[in-house]
Amino acid sequence: MVRKIQTMKKNLEEIQMKPLGESALTVQFGTEISSFINKKVKALATKLHSESFSGFIECTPAFASVTVFFDPFIVKRTYGENEKSSFQIVRAILEQILETLVEEVESTPRIVDIPVCYGGDFGPDLDFVAAHNQLSADEVIHLHASAQYPVYMIGFAPGFPYLGGLSEKINAPRRPSPRTSIPAGSVGIAGSQTGVYPISTPGGWQLIGRTPMALFRPDRDQPSVLSAGDIVKFVPITKEEYDQYQERWQ
Amino acid sequence: MSVQIIRPGLLATIQDLGRYGFQQYGVVVGGAMDSLSLRLANVLVGNEEGEAAIEVTMMGTSLQFNEDTLISITGGSLNPVIDGNPVPLWRPVFVQKNTVLSFTGCKAGCRAYVAVAGGFSIPNVMNSKSTYIRGEIGGFKGRALQEGDLIPLGEESSFSRKIKKVLQSKLKQGSFASVDWYVPFERYINKSVVRVLKGAEFEKFSESAQKKFFEQEFQITPQSDRMGYRLSGASLGLKQPFELLSEAVANGTIQVPSDGNPIVLLADRQTTGGYPRIGQIAAADLPVVAQMKPGDRVRFQEISLYEAEQLYMKREKEIKQIRTALLLKKWSFE
Repeated sequence: MVRKIQTMKKNLEEIQMKPLGESALTVQFGTEISSFINKKVKALATKLHSESFSGFIECTPAFASVTVFFDPFIVKRTYGENEKSSFQIVRAILEQILETLVEEVESTPRIVDIPVCYGGDFGPDLDFVAAHNQLSADEVIHLHASAQYPVYMIGFAPGFPYLGGLSEKINAPRRPSPRTSIPAGSVGIAGSQTGVYPISTPGGWQLIGRTPMALFRPDRDQPSVLSAGDIVKFVPITKEEYDQYQERWQ
Repeated sequence: MSVQIIRPGLLATIQDLGRYGFQQYGVVVGGAMDSLSLRLANVLVGNEEGEAAIEVTMMGTSLQFNEDTLISITGGSLNPVIDGNPVPLWRPVFVQKNTVLSFTGCKAGCRAYVAVAGGFSIPNVMNSKSTYIRGEIGGFKGRALQEGDLIPLGEESSFSRKIKKVLQSKLKQGSFASVDWYVPFERYINKSVVRVLKGAEFEKFSESAQKKFFEQEFQITPQSDRMGYRLSGASLGLKQPFELLSEAVANGTIQVPSDGNPIVLLADRQTTGGYPRIGQIAAADLPVVAQMKPGDRVRFQEISLYEAEQLYMKREKEIKQIRTALLLKKWSFE
């Protein structure tokens, strides 16, 4: 279902555009996590992926921004006039797109249950998160598993969901230096965000548990199990259940 | 036709220009660390610029060509030899059936590219042949090359066949033949100054950090790989701590975690990041960084967006000129 809300013309002043090097531009709609802002992000990303401009490579939607990657050489060759830089050209094109862009509203979001075995070897930072918030480990697990988390973006690693909706009571800062390797399936917290690491990768989040579910499936057309707009629920499981899940899914 | 891996060496992978269009699903772009060398290696054997080639890291890699093959080696000078004789870089080379090419050490730079006429006949995964090791996708079976791997080659273009025929006729002795000209691109290897744009959060760093970033030398630590280089040197602090919303990062983004040590994000970088970004390496200088290895020192020189774009345009024109010059060479009469 697509419903017209309003064009973005009237909030153009609030939108910032800044370069990310000479070959990319970030359109920033705001500086906070909100579904209001995220809808604008989704609308622009969807538009650009279906209908773009010469020299457009791809775009990466995030919480409150869309970064547009382009080839300056092709942009200049196609739209080049006098002294304008490719950044200025792309900015003008995007401003034009934003003026007529409408936000899309989807009907019912998909709910995805993700089983998580909390604490122990799977969640080495659970105690840190608890201590940081003056809670017990069980309270952290309860708070983490009782919320519904909207998927705002997929990024950082293949299939990695950035989720909103984390209780303020269990926020925790990133680690001072990222770990060089984090096992696939690790569930973590960073600031006011929570997420799952789909593949083994370095990362700086505080780890509180692990899921046996594979979130990245490279052989599928859509390689990420989750996509922006889904709702995630974490379901606590025991170590035994974790092992059973893993057997079943392999 | 195929290439057989006799010894993989430190690290050898198949790479092209990367996997585009899937960053929205968090899929890493990857591709050649030094994309300039990859493109030129392909141009020199008559391939499309973005064809897949073998990225050889530092030393120890040995390959055997199972048929007469047209190849080129570009990038770092890793002492490639055939039967003990040095093989020249930055030019097309004809190698005879069953010839073994070995990389015997790091003279300059860190990564060499071996392109073969026709490229490699391996499946595309999400529109790319690049190997993404952490995600176990692309390349040859989603992994680094191993001893015994037999990589099938694709079909040579008619231009490739023309170059091959001319070089083959020049072979008098030994098992390879080349030309006495080369494309003069080796000059960026062993450079230590890298041009950088101010990053999105540059102003959030303390004044002393801003100054040190552009004035002091940093060293590339052993915790460096295709994903990124961790640097040591001056600790770069913020004016005051703040949490940043995760946002897209790019090849060459320099981010600083709260321990103050900068990380340069490279080919296998994550698609988004949440650490403040102090700088962004100009695309034209990414090959310089890609050829640096642990222990090397780097200094960052500030340039404007305008200058970075000029460098980008200049680079593209240079590659185009080389392509044209190569096409104009009278291959059939040499």
